[in-house]
Amino acid sequence: MSETGKPISRIDGRLKVTGQATYAAEFNQPNMAYAFPVRATIAKGRITSIDDAATKKEPGVISVISYKNALKLKPLDMQAQAKAGAAFLGENLPPLQDNKVHYPGQFIAVVVAESYEQARTAAYKLKVRYAVEKAATDLKAELPNSKKPTKLMGEEAQVNGGKAATPLATSAHRVENTYSTPVEHHHPMEPHATVAVWEAADKLTLYDTTQGVGLTGAIAAYFFGLQQENVRVIAPFVGGGFGSKGLWLHTLLVAMAAKTAGRPVKLALTRQMMQTNVGHRAATIQRVALGTDTAGTLKAIRHHTDTYTNLTEFFEPSGKQSLVLYKAPLREVTYNVAKLNRGTPTFMRAPGETPGTFALESAMDEMAYQLKMDPVAFRIANHTTKDPMKGHDFSSEFLVDCYRIGAEKFGWSARSMEPRQKRNGNYLVGYGMATATYPGGRSAASVKVSMTAKGDVTVMTASIDIGTGTYTVLAQTAADALGVPVERIQVKIGDSRLPAAPLAGGSQTTASIHPAAMEACVLLRKELAALAIADPSSKLHGRKPDEIGYADGKLVLNGDEKKTDAYADIISRAKRAEVEACATTLPVSGAGLTVPSALCTPREIPAEQNSDSKHYAFHSFGAQFAEVWVDEDLGTIRVKRFTSVQDVGRIMNEKTARSQIIGGVIFGIGAALMEATEYDKRWGSPVVRTLADYHVPVNLDVPPIDVHFIGKADPHISPIGARGIGEIGITGVAAAIANAVFNATGKRLRDLPLTPDKLV
Amino acid sequence: MRPFNYSKAGDPATAVNLVSANPGAKFLGGGTNLVDLMKEDVMHPSELVDITRLKHADIEKTATGVAIGATATNALTANHELIRKNYPLLSMAILAGASVQIRNMATNGGNLNQRTRCTYFYDVNMPCNKREPGSGCGALKGINRNHAIFGWSEKCVAVYPSDMAVALAALDAVVHVEGKNNAKRTIEFADFHRLPGDTPEKDNNLKQGELITSIELPTNDFAERSYYLKIRERSSYAFALVSVAAALSLEGNQIKQVRIALGGVAHKPWRASVAEKWLTGKEATEANFRAAAEAELKNARPLEHNKFKVAMAKKAITRALQGAMQGGVYGLEG
Repeated sequence: MSETGKPISRIDGRLKVTGQATYAAEFNQPNMAYAFPVRATIAKGRITSIDDAATKKEPGVISVISYKNALKLKPLDMQAQAKAGAAFLGENLPPLQDNKVHYPGQFIAVVVAESYEQARTAAYKLKVRYAVEKAATDLKAELPNSKKPTKLMGEEAQVNGGKAATPLATSAHRVENTYSTPVEHHHPMEPHATVAVWEAADKLTLYDTTQGVGLTGAIAAYFFGLQQENVRVIAPFVGGGFGSKGLWLHTLLVAMAAKTAGRPVKLALTRQMMQTNVGHRAATIQRVALGTDTAGTLKAIRHHTDTYTNLTEFFEPSGKQSLVLYKAPLREVTYNVAKLNRGTPTFMRAPGETPGTFALESAMDEMAYQLKMDPVAFRIANHTTKDPMKGHDFSSEFLVDCYRIGAEKFGWSARSMEPRQKRNGNYLVGYGMATATYPGGRSAASVKVSMTAKGDVTVMTASIDIGTGTYTVLAQTAADALGVPVERIQVKIGDSRLPAAPLAGGSQTTASIHPAAMEACVLLRKELAALAIADPSSKLHGRKPDEIGYADGKLVLNGDEKKTDAYADIISRAKRAEVEACATTLPVSGAGLTVPSALCTPREIPAEQNSDSKHYAFHSFGAQFAEVWVDEDLGTIRVKRFTSVQDVGRIMNEKTARSQIIGGVIFGIGAALMEATEYDKRWGSPVVRTLADYHVPVNLDVPPIDVHFIGKADPHISPIGARGIGEIGITGVAAAIANAVFNATGKRLRDLPLTPDKLV
Repeated sequence: MRPFNYSKAGDPATAVNLVSANPGAKFLGGGTNLVDLMKEDVMHPSELVDITRLKHADIEKTATGVAIGATATNALTANHELIRKNYPLLSMAILAGASVQIRNMATNGGNLNQRTRCTYFYDVNMPCNKREPGSGCGALKGINRNHAIFGWSEKCVAVYPSDMAVALAALDAVVHVEGKNNAKRTIEFADFHRLPGDTPEKDNNLKQGELITSIELPTNDFAERSYYLKIRERSSYAFALVSVAAALSLEGNQIKQVRIALGGVAHKPWRASVAEKWLTGKEATEANFRAAAEAELKNARPLEHNKFKVAMAKKAITRALQGAMQGGVYGLEG
């Protein structure tokens, strides 16, 4: 029976719950010192003086590093960085290279001491003076100075600017409203941390909590001017990332500190630093207009986003889903991007779709009400089976099934279209739904598989498990591709010395590394078959490779189950300690998120099954259904149950996949009801600083979440057929909840999060 | 965290003497707030005197009520039979606060001594008269969504964060303290915490070195009709936007006595004395509850971002009184 798809528990679960999984900050080194950064207390300006006399007098202090004495790093150079795979720096600001301050909280110095407490105390005593300049701290105030960027992650940023005006004006029905979303922070459970060890003057090892060991290695190599192979990045376990664990400056900072101190140095960020120094989801103000004919057929979608950025080309792409969903003949998607003196915005779980589906899917609900159409029926009536911009067929698409299955499982038919119809004591009860969507990406990947003379298998790739289940599903794929039990398979990931894999972002890991893992297993079996064929004592001696199949840890002669040769016997007789094979798979759509490096044996996959984005559009879809109970007097909203139906291709492990969707929905409940970081305009600094103020859902906020998968393999993304699953779960959730609040109360809330003050 | 001296006191007199002798010294109970503040460099005591070994952890009957030991944990207090039976309002309030883990560590004396969670107080780069007298109030013209609508001054608009203290205010608790030379005194709960005035750096009226030994709850007839309602942004581990401790005793349907205290609205637990006076002797009806709440909130002075608290507090008072009428098993908190 196939292991793939089975709901097996995480193979690394025991290590995690018994505290034996080693995270970055736990890689203590002999003679290690501790670093504590000093952060800017102004939003913009220059440092005019740094007085470190008191700091240096503190016990245990080893060094105080600022722009005055910091190691000079290679300067920013986008072309050179791109060539070296080092372009994706969280913020384009190599640390401590000059005296300029670009945002409150920017690292401006670092204190190294014998203990963490000594470093922290000494850091408090550093006296910094500034020449303050007027800072941009308020999005609305800066919009008149905003720009219209031309590119968005390689695509055109401004689509059909101005062209929706006419079709909208002539539409029989039209809705147009402004929706806003706040700054959100990732706050993975494990804070960012790095231990830096200079093994030699030109050789660096980083124990780093990162979503990409290859990426971190390439960036560190670039800025320190090292050979890429001389930087080793190790991250066997990562306690969540959600987009915040690319490379941020503390990783470079601690390597600089270690170089200066001549010792291994550890730096772990505080929660307060995670509010300013490792990215966030920028606030958006979105204006969405929809126009339909009298029958409810969409004629135009217009989606404009106002947002901001700082020290990066990235901005929140909240118009993305409005280029993919529904059969409207015209869509206009545009952006205005201001610059604020605020920590750098970055990718956060479903960047774009998370705030974007809130706006679009709220607008769809508003239009359904205007048309007096059931919101599910309205969406089905406007469903598209092709990518509306490119005209390509979707590679595999079952969105209508998602709506129908979701409506049935949820009991949507019990809903009254009219708001305020269902009461339960002090609560008004409402149902709402929304569409979920996220692209199905795939990148190049290399995977090595080895087998010992005892028949134990190791699968190796420089991928990362950020809590997603990478370890487990890799073992399942290898188990099937080799015909050995999952228990005999060890998975090694999270080390840049392993064959290259994409960073764990963009929901691409599973889609990318599994085709390569499968191909590596095929190569390994070929290697074993060659040994058996050549060995006179094998029952398979002299046979042709294509006559040989496999099962239960053995090679088997096709058509004669008695003619077998066990893997372990083949390797033992060949007097080999182990046999290994390594395969690289490169999708037609390109290398994607994988840092280029030496390839293993390239494996050709027919274009039809190899993520050919010139012929197919790759997207996942889903339907989200929420029941809310609203206490209008007190302003409180409770999500009482949630149904999520997802079309994400083949399911590799029903349990870890379900957990991904449940986690995404919980993340969405947080975004809908409570998550927000506010800033004081006068200083530009956050007034939400800890997990006590940055509210994420607690157990009681999370209802039963009913998850269903379509489970049909995507025949075109890869021979494996799985698209990613890490991000789609959050999309549409906030809209489904806000739409349910409207159904409950008749109040349309368009400004997230839906905190009690918005209702009373 | 800056270096400090640490000692464990074996008896109250030693603890009081140590802290009285050093203006930079603080008592250390569960440390759930103080240690946090030290890590963030908001407070930097030079000396901590650990009082968790003192024999002040009992909860026992007295001639006039029940005395709660100052070093008993919040968790123990909330779940104690004497409290659950006689002062369910206090149990409800304590259990509405913090998290299980924090309640297991936090002491009752420490609860009364906790500091505001105003972000301007916590962020040492912001002005705050409470942290650094004379530096200004960051919140007054800043993000003051979570701040006071009653009793604030230009110097400080922070609110007191405790849920427990709101119930204690409603229950007319008395705080027993011990000072130097065995000088014992009692402080009425209403006089324990202060409004900010010109000295927001002083949260309460304890003198340096004075140790809370117990909190006494007078006997009352509210046990059948009391309710603690807390409105917050998530179901647990969030400070109140507005909270209400309400307790009633009736004669027929006429209100004999009523106690209402609000949390999340002022620098101290806010006794709604206008509403109490308005209701006393009247019928216990929803209309009267509303009218009393209206009367109380007439005096509210909201800030730029917390005007919602006025409407919210009115509804919360009404709802909490309804909850009390239903015997505290209303179960309809936000």
